[in-house]
Amino acid sequence: MTKIKSFDELRKIKAKIIKTSGEANSPNSLIKIKVGMATCGIASGAGEIMQVLVEECERQAIDVTIKQTGCLGYCYAEPMVEVQIPGAEPVVFGYVDKNRALEIIGKFILQRKPIEGVIPVSFKTINELN
Amino acid sequence: MTVLKKQVRIALRNCGVIDPEQIEDAIACDAYFALGKCLTTYSPDEVISEIKTSGLRGRGGGGFPTGLKWEITKNVESDQKYVVCNADEGDPGAFMDRSILEGDPHSVLEAMAICGYCIGANTGLIYIRAEYPLAIQRLKIAIKQAEEYGLLGDDILGSGFDFKIEMRYGAGAFVCGEETALIHSMEGLRGEPTVKPPFPSVSGYLGKPTNVNNVETFANIPVIINKGAKWFSRIGTEKSKGTKVFALAGKINNVGLIEVPMGTTLREVVYEIGGGIVNGKKFKSVQTGGPSGGCLTKDFLDTPIDYDNLVAAGSMMGSGGMIVMDEDDCMVSIAKFYLEFTLEESCGKCNPCRIGNKRLHEILTKITEGNGTVEDIERLKELSDVIKDTSLCGLGQSSPNPVLSTIANFEDEYMAHVKEGKCPAGQCKSLLRYDIVEDLCTGCTLCFRNCPVGAITGERRLPHFIDQSLCIKCGVCFEKCKFDAITLT
Ligand SMILES: Cc1cc2nc3c(=O)[nH]c(=O)nc-3n(C[C@H](O)[C@H](O)[C@H](O)COP(=O)(O)O)c2cc1C
Ligand code: SF4
Ligand code: SF4
Ligand code: SF4
Ligand code: FES
Repeated sequence: MTKIKSFDELRKIKAKIIKTSGEANSPNSLIKIKVGMATCGIASGAGEIMQVLVEECERQAIDVTIKQTGCLGYCYAEPMVEVQIPGAEPVVFGYVDKNRALEIIGKFILQRKPIEGVIPVSFKTINELN
Repeated sequence: MTVLKKQVRIALRNCGVIDPEQIEDAIACDAYFALGKCLTTYSPDEVISEIKTSGLRGRGGGGFPTGLKWEITKNVESDQKYVVCNADEGDPGAFMDRSILEGDPHSVLEAMAICGYCIGANTGLIYIRAEYPLAIQRLKIAIKQAEEYGLLGDDILGSGFDFKIEMRYGAGAFVCGEETALIHSMEGLRGEPTVKPPFPSVSGYLGKPTNVNNVETFANIPVIINKGAKWFSRIGTEKSKGTKVFALAGKINNVGLIEVPMGTTLREVVYEIGGGIVNGKKFKSVQTGGPSGGCLTKDFLDTPIDYDNLVAAGSMMGSGGMIVMDEDDCMVSIAKFYLEFTLEESCGKCNPCRIGNKRLHEILTKITEGNGTVEDIERLKELSDVIKDTSLCGLGQSSPNPVLSTIANFEDEYMAHVKEGKCPAGQCKSLLRYDIVEDLCTGCTLCFRNCPVGAITGERRLPHFIDQSLCIKCGVCFEKCKFDAITLT
């Protein structure tokens, strides 16, 4: 990796990352799945859920990005999975066991049908405050 | 379902958003942009002035103005200075700092570099307890990735500013979170506090000026730089700006990590964010500030949470532990619980803390066992005042707070223990009494056959009796009796 030599270069790198990772929430970006993998998430089995999600998406040949992330704050409902369908608001599912993980893929992602276990998002981000 | 968004995530902005092990994810969310802005467009004094204007105060417990601390450390002349991040996080039940480090380590690294730029330090040290393996692992990965990108190390972003960060591990002693003890521990000495002054800002690590800040304090810095001090200072109350992260625990439905604007009320936290009390029980108290804090009653439910209001209410902000209690919690036992923690964690250097707390604990034990007197409550208060006034460090100085605040706010409950020999919450086993009501007892012998200590006597088909001197208050008879003939008082 080459070192970033100026602030300008850092800005350009950010723009490039956003473009290539499809981080922007545009209708033709990939479905994104995040699994809460802080200490408490891992302790309640998030590692296994991550694996189930990866394997199931591979098995069904679904094109998604799956990544780990930190504490979402709803520690009472671990393990937690967030799904972002392109163009829509992200949805957080709590108490995800193996069955719900399969349901998230089979029903929520593939059939776009609502399933149980949605945790309402209860915070504002820094960009929602002006 | 629509939920009012009572929370605002500033320190936790990237937790649950980015993959903490991918610096690119963090960069996509503006990581190191504040550092870039400082290095290219602000002088150290301008950055310090911005932090001062923002009103940010230390989130490690004391609430000292962060910008002022940076300024003091900057103004001390020295060839070498240090930036220290306090990630000791010792309060029972607290995990705010751990979550930030596990979810967004770059926010802390970036802020430490900004601090180094301001005060004139080229080395940052993160003091973290060895019990946080995942946080340690993610920090190490983050440091390595930042170095590879040249965001830490020599000549950061071509500015000529060098800054490196190293890790230091603690053994997990609560007192090592106190900044002087922390510094001694990093120097390889015993983790014992020493008298301030000198403050670390003047003479800290290896005798050099050292700026110590808490993890959450640091995590706020990049946002203040990126969004501006004015933006930040619009959030919160007059004297407490921004947000505070709390680890919400106890008898609350939505146990978790929350971040609320300063000035949010306890009622909003408990009922709206926390989802109310488990099993619809009655709210009794909220404990904040951990072993240094106090218990607030329902009368404080509508008090806006900020540094000063909590102190006025007999508690303190602390680092962010928030434990909710319901009608089944006994406040004398709660005070005893925190003292047990203090006793365990006192370093033993000074007598008031080492011995005084032991005496407090003995008196509390006496009360919970039903042998307390009204004078004991006075003794608790007097001794607490002495410990507060004569202990060397913050641990001892604040250790009687749980006792004092429970006496102040729940005096009735103490009185019930010492005057009537009753524990209103039914927690103090020694104070329970099981009795058999003669008229209701059918003499079925069920309780007799189940009592583990043979405390029940009686003839078949005749009323039974409990020998109070043998009864160990296990409650088995009470559970077993099919005729509701056994009372609990
Ligand atoms: C007994 C005791 C324990 C402490 N534990 C911590 C801790 O775990 N984390 C922390 O940041 N500050 C802790 N502090 C406060 C530190 O001494 C210091 O004030 C703080 O790290 C300064 O950072 P801030 O200004 O950003 O809050 C503790 C203080 C005392 C007296
Ligand atoms: S007050 Fe307690 S913890 Fe602090 S130095 Fe004295 S004995 Fe040690
Ligand atoms: S409470 Fe337990 S020990 Fe006491 S009488 Fe009943 S069964 Fe026996
Ligand atoms: S179980 Fe109840 S009814 Fe039976 S002997 Fe004991 S107290 Fe009497
Ligand atoms: S640490 Fe798991 S969601 Fe909070």
